[in-house]
Amino acid sequence: MNAPDKIRLEEDSSLIGKRLPRVDAREKVTGDARYAADFNFPGQLWVKILRSPHAHARILSIDASAALALKGVKGVLTGKDFNGWTWGWMPKTREEAPLAVEKVRYYGEAVAAVCAVDEATAEEACELMRVCYEELPGVFSVDDAIMQGAPLVHEDRPGNLSWDFHMDFGDVEVGFAEADLVREHKFETGRVLTGFLEPPAAVAQWTEEGITVWSAKQSPYFHYRHLAACFNLPLSKIRVIQPFIGGGFGGTKNDSVAADFCAVLFSKRLGKPVKYQYSMEEVFTTARRRHNFTVVAKMGMKKDGTITALQNTAYAEGGAYTVIGPLTLYLSGAYTTLPYKVPHFKYDAARIFTNHPSGAAMRGHGVTHTRFAAEVLMDMMSEELGLDSLEVRLKNAIVAPHTTVNGVHIKTCGIKQALEALGESTAWRERKDRKKDRGSIVHGVGIATGTMGGGSKQRGHQSCAAVVRLCEDGTVNYLTGATDCGQGSDTVLVQIVAEELGIGMDDVSIRRVDTAVTPCDPGSYGSRVTILAGQAAQKAAREVKRQMAQCAAGNWGEPEDTIVFSGGQVFSRRNPSLRMSFRKLAQAACYSESGRVILGTGYSDAGAEDYNFEKGSGNSDVNYSFAAQLTEVDVDLETGIVKATDFLIAFDSGRPLHPVNVESQIEGAAVQGLGQALYEEFKMDRGRTLNPDFVDYRMPLATEAPDIRVKHIITDDPDGPHGAKEASQAAIVCSPPSIISAIHNATGIWFTSQPVTPEKLLKALKEKANR
Amino acid sequence: MNNIELKLIVNGRIEELTIPPNRTLLEMLREDLQLTGAKEGCGHGECGACMVVVNGKTVNSCLILAAELEGASVVTIEGLKKGDQLHPVQQAFVDKSGMQCGFCTSGQVLAAMALLEENPAPTADEIRDGMAGSFCRCTGYTKIFESVEAAAQLMQQHQGARV
Repeated sequence: MNAPDKIRLEEDSSLIGKRLPRVDAREKVTGDARYAADFNFPGQLWVKILRSPHAHARILSIDASAALALKGVKGVLTGKDFNGWTWGWMPKTREEAPLAVEKVRYYGEAVAAVCAVDEATAEEACELMRVCYEELPGVFSVDDAIMQGAPLVHEDRPGNLSWDFHMDFGDVEVGFAEADLVREHKFETGRVLTGFLEPPAAVAQWTEEGITVWSAKQSPYFHYRHLAACFNLPLSKIRVIQPFIGGGFGGTKNDSVAADFCAVLFSKRLGKPVKYQYSMEEVFTTARRRHNFTVVAKMGMKKDGTITALQNTAYAEGGAYTVIGPLTLYLSGAYTTLPYKVPHFKYDAARIFTNHPSGAAMRGHGVTHTRFAAEVLMDMMSEELGLDSLEVRLKNAIVAPHTTVNGVHIKTCGIKQALEALGESTAWRERKDRKKDRGSIVHGVGIATGTMGGGSKQRGHQSCAAVVRLCEDGTVNYLTGATDCGQGSDTVLVQIVAEELGIGMDDVSIRRVDTAVTPCDPGSYGSRVTILAGQAAQKAAREVKRQMAQCAAGNWGEPEDTIVFSGGQVFSRRNPSLRMSFRKLAQAACYSESGRVILGTGYSDAGAEDYNFEKGSGNSDVNYSFAAQLTEVDVDLETGIVKATDFLIAFDSGRPLHPVNVESQIEGAAVQGLGQALYEEFKMDRGRTLNPDFVDYRMPLATEAPDIRVKHIITDDPDGPHGAKEASQAAIVCSPPSIISAIHNATGIWFTSQPVTPEKLLKALKEKANR
Repeated sequence: MNNIELKLIVNGRIEELTIPPNRTLLEMLREDLQLTGAKEGCGHGECGACMVVVNGKTVNSCLILAAELEGASVVTIEGLKKGDQLHPVQQAFVDKSGMQCGFCTSGQVLAAMALLEENPAPTADEIRDGMAGSFCRCTGYTKIFESVEAAAQLMQQHQGARV
């Protein structure tokens, strides 16, 4: 369908804020959407990874002869095949090798790779590999790892210190002296799975032209750089083609995995396409996961609820490698005070190596730990002072424009409106009536708030770009380096292009990442896509519009700046009778003179202010979302089972460009937070994962999902396209503390560690009864 | 292991295959028939991403041996639309955006179809129970529930139209 054929009223023609179908919906409901594992090539071989059966051990020898003798086996790789190449987030943290060299640092670390004619043969051959290990004593908790004389995960890293961060703004001692109440508590957050359903997979092909991979990556350009560096090829010879991505949530799919490098090297040596697909057990036992934190939070409060100071001492369990840990610590600190006015703030954090799989980024990155501590502590102190916790939050809430004590400048903030929306709800107004208690079930209502930066620009190349190419029939191709791993960004970006040109979304064909064709892009993390790729899309479309307007203006003898594009029509604002369809103008423009090629490009430069990564000050994001969540729970005092019945989430995403996607992002994040608060945790025994499957590791199912209502708070941020800001991560920040707050409202018990399992709840009830 | 001969109906078409006896239905669909709409998530029947319909009942295809399906009728996500016309359940998932990454979507759509065939007007709790066989990590389920409600209405309209 071509835009010009659609007759729309001009005032109705804006696509922004409309509840439109997703651009990928049809492909996804018909099974046409192809994911990495759906690609197969003639003659393709399979890789399987041999993994360590020890959490900490020296590799003494590897004998591959029996494996190589098996029919169908084509080759074996070990650590030394990569010639000492390692990768990591920063130049000084390049610690990880594709396959372990000399020693293994966690149970399940990749030790060797086997390539065979099919997956079953490769798997069988792995069992024939003979590896001799010398087992070493390991460290499995922060407490163990920081003890004097503890075994070292990396011999050159004393005290098992992976990274540390210190922020000190104002003077917390002055703040505590001004307070009427000072309280200090220890809080613990859990080590949880990101939980994507699509395991990592790829097909790799090495030819004279270079490397081509079809790979499940939420940030394909990280992988593109890793491959170029590992195989010493120019970037122009690395082609990462992005299929549909089955969920990301940070961590694993923002990075490369062992089999990625092995598949490429096997393809180089064997001249065939090589495929791998991890099993879900490999995901559970080896993939990046959320760090678990211990946060000792100390807060000062005046009698009227005013916060005077906040001090956090935090330990993050890092696992075997540093990966993105420095950023985790940065975010845990830099955004701790938001969304409240805190005049004095101090933060001391250390990330500690252990013999566990590495902790990394996950939705709500870093902020979820320290904000959990601060939210629950605020509630505890409000209760002790006999104050209403919502009033205390309103009293301390920032009002934009606001600059935090560590120099984070906030231009728009809807936290007050969000809190007021919760306050107006029946659930909050009637929370003391206990109308919903029945039998052994007690009902509880709790609240919490969250903040997250969006448009992250932390270190390195952070700009997104776009190409919009006009076809002579009035449709356009939109080329983006941005990746939609499910969040709906493809839809929003197409919406932005169509909006700019005044055409329909059907008239825009999105062309997804192919690093040989699409412009370089950092990837999907830090809620950056809509804000930065959106700005790039807008600029590229404007450039096409400018060239087309030039043509129209010339034909009509009107000034260029009077030409309007709307509802599939182009007309002069000064003289609206001068008008033609977008399609006709496209044709006229493309065929003018000897023929023109109309191409628009643009890249983002939003919020390029300075910030100080080492100190933890300034804006490392473009803008900031704010959320307040009210949670209702039913707690069964007999079984200890907590059921979240209702969430009301008031969310300031600036302006929801595609409200359905924004709601879905918020709802999904809140339920992910529910898993973290009530159900999910890795059960570990000396480095082994005891619950490496969906039966024993419990993610929320449909039966656990509460009724969720989302209320949009509109603040129209000046730095986001059409006013947009981050739209999901703030919800995973406020979901766990709001659940803890609701459980307290039901039972009178404060839980300071996640998850609140039935066992933990029954134990606490018993202790309470005995007091 | 000697290969076996297998004849069955997939999406209304007769398929005759020669396959190893230990091939799962999921492997047969994805590798022998290139029907990749059913996904391998966990491979242990826990996640629901590989769901298909066998003789009118939803099953996790990763748990079933293809060899057991001689003469059976299998419907996968690819078999739902008629020409360009989406099945009402598919249409409802499009209308209500009942998906994000889409990896679980085939399973969710087929689970919804099975639920509505058995219970054309489910309550909110019945929808939760009926959809509890498939994980979705993206949506928090709200938009999936809305899709199932919309599908129930669309299917009733279709029924009405037929009568």
